[in-house]
Amino acid sequence: MAEALLKVDSVTKNFGGFTALSEVTTEVKSGERFGLIGPNGSGKTTLINCISGTLTNDGGSIIFDGQDLQGMKAHLRTAAGITRTFQIPRPFHSMTIIDNLKIPLEFVSASGRPQAEIRDEAMSILETMGMAEKADEETSGLTQIELRKLELARAIAAKPKLLISDEAMAGLTGNEVDEVTQILINFNEQGMTIIMIEHIMRAVMQFSQRVICLDAGQLIAEGTPDIIQKDKGVERAYLGV
Amino acid sequence: MLMRYRFEIGCVVALLACFLITQVELNRFYYFAGFAILQYVLISTAWNILGGYGGYINFGTAGFLGLGTYVAIAMIQFYGAGIIEQIIVAGALAGLLGLGIGYITLRLKGVYFAIATLAIAIVLETFVNNWDYVGGAAGVSILPPRTPELLGITIVDRKGGGIFYNNKEFLFFLMGALAIMSVWIARTVEFGKLGRGLNAIKDNEEAAECMGVPTLKLKLIATVISGSLMGVAGAVFPSYLTFVDPPTAFNLEFAVNSLAMPMIGGTFTWIGPVVGSILLGTVQQVAIVTISSEINLLIIGLLLVIFVTIAPHGIVGWFMKKNK
Repeated sequence: MAEALLKVDSVTKNFGGFTALSEVTTEVKSGERFGLIGPNGSGKTTLINCISGTLTNDGGSIIFDGQDLQGMKAHLRTAAGITRTFQIPRPFHSMTIIDNLKIPLEFVSASGRPQAEIRDEAMSILETMGMAEKADEETSGLTQIELRKLELARAIAAKPKLLISDEAMAGLTGNEVDEVTQILINFNEQGMTIIMIEHIMRAVMQFSQRVICLDAGQLIAEGTPDIIQKDKGVERAYLGV
Repeated sequence: MLMRYRFEIGCVVALLACFLITQVELNRFYYFAGFAILQYVLISTAWNILGGYGGYINFGTAGFLGLGTYVAIAMIQFYGAGIIEQIIVAGALAGLLGLGIGYITLRLKGVYFAIATLAIAIVLETFVNNWDYVGGAAGVSILPPRTPELLGITIVDRKGGGIFYNNKEFLFFLMGALAIMSVWIARTVEFGKLGRGLNAIKDNEEAAECMGVPTLKLKLIATVISGSLMGVAGAVFPSYLTFVDPPTAFNLEFAVNSLAMPMIGGTFTWIGPVVGSILLGTVQQVAIVTISSEINLLIIGLLLVIFVTIAPHGIVGWFMKKNK
């Protein structure tokens, strides 16, 4: 398989006396569909905060595309090719839907290009999401699934090499989960590496080629979905037996 | 074609109107009051670039304004600088203050930033209080030149021959020109990449940063532009008042008005602060002569409460049905 796009090496993060991440080491290969699971509070979001730059890791290193991310600001990491979505959607609520997409286009992926081109680009992303007819609407009228799709569309507009989807499916119905999973698979087939953080096991197991499981800030299992599902440690972490 | 440039045409018309008003000999008070209103157009437009577009509430208006005022005074004391030089240097130094203050405080979010900026005016006022060269706590009188010239052209000459009959008329026009310039700058920011980035910061700073918006850089640029324009507004103050003391230059009323006027007018677009400051500025000037100057803050306070509850997007938002 292709070489590692992201190398996480002994990453540690403390909040005061609490260790949220303890020497987590893993790597994500280029073009991979990578699952990240773990019970609530296990450090999944902390890990991606450290990767995306909204938090700074206290120890260890994160190498992306051959570049050490230590001390690099979040917006530069986005420019370097890492984009994440948020667990609770954070749309730019004073803007229309298409204007939400124009922000990453204007600041990252289509920087310096004329407004008309940026708009066309944003429109074509909305079309792949099936949201083209909502382009000029305010974000306040969106349903849960539309908010989730907007969150993904905006991240995709930054044209990332690595997309980190943080619980993009929380609160969605079964059909909607399938729809979002399919969208992610489509983008992966176009060459985007994707990390999926998810509590919906059906989705993450169906989507991922490889899965890691965190528990209490420690990596407790790594492998294909089949191996993870049979892992005793994972079972214990989730069920406490 | 004409519609496309209607803003630019509007600016020119407004500038001409300011000039024509100075040519009809009105009661001197109208120029005095008009100056105050135009100054508020400039100040609240400046405030809105950071506060309205970026969502960072700056309570330090009086600090930037007072800095501009005292830079101008120091320049007059030092070598009798002309008004244009005072404006340029005051604008530059207030911009630098914005950069410095911004670098220290813009890491603070929300209410913490607001509290930090509140300290600017207090620190600077204390400094000026102890600086005798510019009058110290006792204040200083400025004598405007009898026949000011600009590029060899006599601007004010009571015996005729100058463009303006007296200094108040000239300063009224000058403030009008500066106010229009600030509105033009604010509008350019609003419809540009900077404005869109600031809007994203206001909506959600972390999401903006993760979508590639260099948040600290944009906030610093906004603070510099905003602070610089406030300094410009302050630079004209000594010539206008002819007597300045620290409590006047660093008056907290500026901080309150500069935030209340955009909020009442509407913070999301350039016209909001203009509407808010013309409306409230006029009400205040009328209140000063008819009731008392102390009633001003009461009026502002009441209006602010009413607008925040009933029309959170201000007058402009109300008409644009933003607050549905």
